[in-house]
Amino acid sequence: MTRELVVTEIGPQALVVDGGRPGWAHIGVPTAGALDGPAHALAQRLVGNPPGAAGLEVLLGGLALRAGEAVTVALTGPPGGLRVRRGDGRERVAASHQAVHVAAGDVVVVPAPGTGLRGYLAVGGGLAVDEVLGSRSADTLSGLGPAPLEVGTRLPVGPPTAIPPIGTGAVGVSAAPDAVRVRLHLGPRADWVDDAAGRLRAGTWTVAPTGDRVGVRLEGPALERAAARRGEELRSEGLVGGSVQVPPDGQPVVFLADHPTTGGYPVVGVVDPAELAVFAQLRPGSSVRFSPVETSPPDA
Amino acid sequence: MDVLPAGPEALLVELGDLDEVAAVGAALRDALDRGDLPGVVDVVPAARTVLVTAPGAREALRAVRALLDGVDPTVVPDRGAAGTVELPVVYDGEDLELVARDAGWSADDVVAAHTGAELTVAFGGFAPGFAYLAGLPEALQQPRLDTPRPRIPSGSVGVAGEFGGVYPRTSPGGWRLIGRLADDAPTLFDPDRDPPALLVPGTTVRFRDAGRR
Repeated sequence: MTRELVVTEIGPQALVVDGGRPGWAHIGVPTAGALDGPAHALAQRLVGNPPGAAGLEVLLGGLALRAGEAVTVALTGPPGGLRVRRGDGRERVAASHQAVHVAAGDVVVVPAPGTGLRGYLAVGGGLAVDEVLGSRSADTLSGLGPAPLEVGTRLPVGPPTAIPPIGTGAVGVSAAPDAVRVRLHLGPRADWVDDAAGRLRAGTWTVAPTGDRVGVRLEGPALERAAARRGEELRSEGLVGGSVQVPPDGQPVVFLADHPTTGGYPVVGVVDPAELAVFAQLRPGSSVRFSPVETSPPDA
Repeated sequence: MDVLPAGPEALLVELGDLDEVAAVGAALRDALDRGDLPGVVDVVPAARTVLVTAPGAREALRAVRALLDGVDPTVVPDRGAAGTVELPVVYDGEDLELVARDAGWSADDVVAAHTGAELTVAFGGFAPGFAYLAGLPEALQQPRLDTPRPRIPSGSVGVAGEFGGVYPRTSPGGWRLIGRLADDAPTLFDPDRDPPALLVPGTTVRFRDAGRR
């Protein structure tokens, strides 16, 4: 008996994630970490882990894991459920957003959600893969951290914690949206786009099918270069997560956790950090509108 | 010095040149290392900007503003401790002839100029361990390729605009490639090492001709 989970089936993508590895952008290391941070933290707390413990981010389900020892798991993200296959072939169904006890030898199956994209599976004790620069997160851009899960991947599980799990009564669950309006803080390069505030307020964009953990590309009205900036080239500069970058074709890209630490196209605005997690769940074809707001840096 | 918003939890300091970036970047990094900027997570110098982030702690940016008001960007920091790194290069890059032609030189002239230059790490970014090296001879300051390559092998040595650089790992990229690190070159990025990046701001870099081209 080993305290581990073994991958027996895999869907489009499943990654080990935690709170990420902030603080290394100056040497080119992305923050990485769970795209839907609140969902990840909630899953951890449901099984009695600290919110920054390592768990799994499962894109569109398809994942099955055999437990080497009895463990407690919880799935969050879009509403749904998981299945537990017993050794005798019987299956039971369990809801998401609650702690589920799994016996040694049982197989936990994470099906594709009916809405949204990414589920977060926590296991009591957390995943004990090796840390890289203080984090256990996979990083799809730089390749740091554990490789994407494959059939046969063995995931060590840490010792159970003494933290009381949060109860499930307080957890509200709603379907992932397919249309959102998000607050966008204009700048730092809003002046590079012609009438940035007006165009961003008026337009509706569609989530392109090419999105990944680096960024989500939006299709819609082109954000054109301001006349005063035409032909000018911006030198690469640091980027934060949620930056909305405007490449020459005018179709904006919203940068997510695995974004490059610097970029050379103007950033017209930054999605409010409290609203960024929704981009982890927006399916291709979803619609995005912006509420642009002026933000000034604080005075000393 | 202009200070631009980069969302509610970060600001972007815009500066006149690389020396000002070095001065402001070093002042912020030193204050961060001293523990004087609680809540600040990243200080990211680039070509003409320094990004400062304080995720979840936007009030921390007030202390950053106060610090910036007291920094003289014309005073270049003393980074004597950053040291010197010599990198052996096999000059057989795919773009060596292109770089030579645009410089109006022979390939040997390019190698002589590249190995004769004393470069300084201005800042890091793009990929783990990638360093932007300032001090490239003017004839080697050449534009990026029109079409980036989807896959540049680890260790490739290139030039782009005012900077030289070495790709620490295989990645896409648009720099003109003049060579690659020799097998005995030091490792540019090792997450188990402290610091993980070999080339940190202020480090002096010299390239050595490891022959065979």
